[in-house]
Amino acid sequence: MDFNFIPLAFGEIVSPLTIGYALAALGLAVHFGFTGLLNFGQAGFMAVGGYAFAITTVKFGWPLGWALVATVVGAVLFALLLGIPTLRLRADYLSIVTIAAAEIVRYTVKTPSISQYTGGSDGINGASRDFYAMNPLPDIQYGFGVLTYNNNQLWSILVGWTVVIIAAVLVWQLMRSPWGRVIKGIREDEDAVRSLGKNVTWYKMQSLILGGVLGGLGTVLIIIPTSLQPDNYGTQTTFFLYTIVLLGGATTVLGPIIGSIIFWVVLQLSDGILTLLVNNHLLPLSSVQQGPIRFIIVGIALMLLVIFRPQGIFGKKREAHFSG
Amino acid sequence: MADATKDVTVLQVGEPLPGVPKVDPILVAHGVRRTFGGVNAVDVEHVEIPRNAITALIGPNGAGKTTFFNLLTGFDKPDSGTWSLDGKSLANVPAYKVARRGMVRTFQLTKALSLLSVLENMRLGAGSQGGERFLTSLVTRLWRKREDEITAQAMELLARFKLDTKADDYAASLSGGQRKLLEMARALMSKPELVMLDEPMAGVNPALTQSLLGHILNLKKEGMTVLFVEHDMHMVQTIADWVIVMAEGKIVAEGYPDVVMRDQAVIDAYLGAHHDTDLGSLTGQLEVAKDLGDSFLVGEISDEIRDEKADHTMEATDGK
Ligand SMILES: Nc1ncnc2c1ncn2[C@@H]1O[C@H](COP(=O)(O)OP(=O)(O)OP(=O)(O)O)[C@@H](O)[C@H]1O
Ligand SMILES: [Mg+2]
Repeated sequence: MDFNFIPLAFGEIVSPLTIGYALAALGLAVHFGFTGLLNFGQAGFMAVGGYAFAITTVKFGWPLGWALVATVVGAVLFALLLGIPTLRLRADYLSIVTIAAAEIVRYTVKTPSISQYTGGSDGINGASRDFYAMNPLPDIQYGFGVLTYNNNQLWSILVGWTVVIIAAVLVWQLMRSPWGRVIKGIREDEDAVRSLGKNVTWYKMQSLILGGVLGGLGTVLIIIPTSLQPDNYGTQTTFFLYTIVLLGGATTVLGPIIGSIIFWVVLQLSDGILTLLVNNHLLPLSSVQQGPIRFIIVGIALMLLVIFRPQGIFGKKREAHFSG
Repeated sequence: MADATKDVTVLQVGEPLPGVPKVDPILVAHGVRRTFGGVNAVDVEHVEIPRNAITALIGPNGAGKTTFFNLLTGFDKPDSGTWSLDGKSLANVPAYKVARRGMVRTFQLTKALSLLSVLENMRLGAGSQGGERFLTSLVTRLWRKREDEITAQAMELLARFKLDTKADDYAASLSGGQRKLLEMARALMSKPELVMLDEPMAGVNPALTQSLLGHILNLKKEGMTVLFVEHDMHMVQTIADWVIVMAEGKIVAEGYPDVVMRDQAVIDAYLGAHHDTDLGSLTGQLEVAKDLGDSFLVGEISDEIRDEKADHTMEATDGK
């Protein structure tokens, strides 16, 4: 039997997906956990940020700094577009609009008529150009066993985790400040906060922008070492992010980050175990059937979480979103 | 004005009929209408709220009192009408700006922010905290000083409302009455000019009601204006300088408390035929209060508070 999947699964701790999802989930925690905004289109923010970065880098040849500005501007505009018509309305409207908008983005970038910019269904490769050019690490192999990385991979991991840590400190500082107090008040009862003289709609907009920008930057961390694929930013991605956020604790800063690690490690582990069982004929499944099984596991895990530990791993019981 | 006692000061100009002009109005509303479907929830021709006085808004369930509050404070939009605070129009001004202009309200259905601590609830009520701006919030040094001031002010208010021992608890752990108190204390954090309380005494026990009455009278002493909705006639009689009666959306009577309570229209619309027994005992108390002078009433209440405080201190020292 081949147990290599175990170290590989733990390699997920530093994989681009874990890092990118940690950042995007932190953004979703700002929306959902701290502000109470039901954003079901975080994948849309991720797509907008990612495409803004990849198109400006690869198709327009912009330097890294300006491409990052484009990423932020893209996410901000997307937040304004979704927020202006919906944030005055009841919370449910935002969720409907965001879930639809995210799908619109995905279908739009796949449209053949603009594929010269977006790459159509194939997405965009090569967004790493400037980033790798800045790599100071000597070109040798790092790591050991099945977990070896070249200098560019290691560079991505180091910068990626640094960005995540900076973002976490930023969100932590915001949430312990008077700004965060207003935000958490809005989660509880926005009319009460309004009656105290706070411009609630504007705060919700700021929160939507902040979380959306984190989502967009999350994609940048994913696509630099890999590539940009439109179908990676479907509704499924948003639900992965919700699972991550609920797993770690929606009203915490560390929760979404640790949640992302646990999510991807467990997903890889379960995949490895399933493969092992199927290959040794211990499970009556074909390898084609095996793919969807892990997503069923994710669904069940999400349900169990909400039922048995709604506050997540790091959350306090009282702050649980689904407590009666 | 400093020594104003309620029965001496003349608040209105001319006969106290519905819509009567006031000597010094703080809030003037004109032609404010709001319909829900076919129902005229609010249909106020004209009303003026006297400055630095305590005005009670009374009327039967469904009279439109809460809706009128919502309209005035920007939480609901009227079909038509204008109103102004200190002569400056408030129509179409969003709720948060109304609050910033110094007109702060509480809600009939209490809105304590349950997952914030009691102290955080209070701090949220304060104005001019630069740290509530995104960029400023990032540098603790820029808002720490103001935060300390706010905290001191909050603790002082909490002590007055006997919630100081609860400061670090989640507001969710407060009882219904305590939440009412917290909401009122929180509204005072911004030092408003006009405080609008929607049934502040509902669910508050008698002893606390006594001290709350004292607080409300103190607000007046500090120069604030109070407009409150209340079904408890005892309270209305005790602290209101002026009473406005609403029924079916309209203002049906206005005047000094003891006069309004004897008004036949008010009795028919609101108090009911059997109010006599109840009112009899109340007016009895009122006579005593009047004989002794209202300043005594205020003094008495604050004496009570002081005594209680003294008791606490005694206990504290005994403990040591
Ligand atoms: N959102 C709403 N939709 C429809 N009708 C409403 C709404 N709000 C209030 N009403 C109606 O408007 C009228 C006035 O209601 P309001 O809540 O202002 O009464 P109130 O004087 O505060 O009564 P209470 O003393 O019971 O609090 C009632 O007939 C009520 O049914
Ligand atoms: Mg009411």
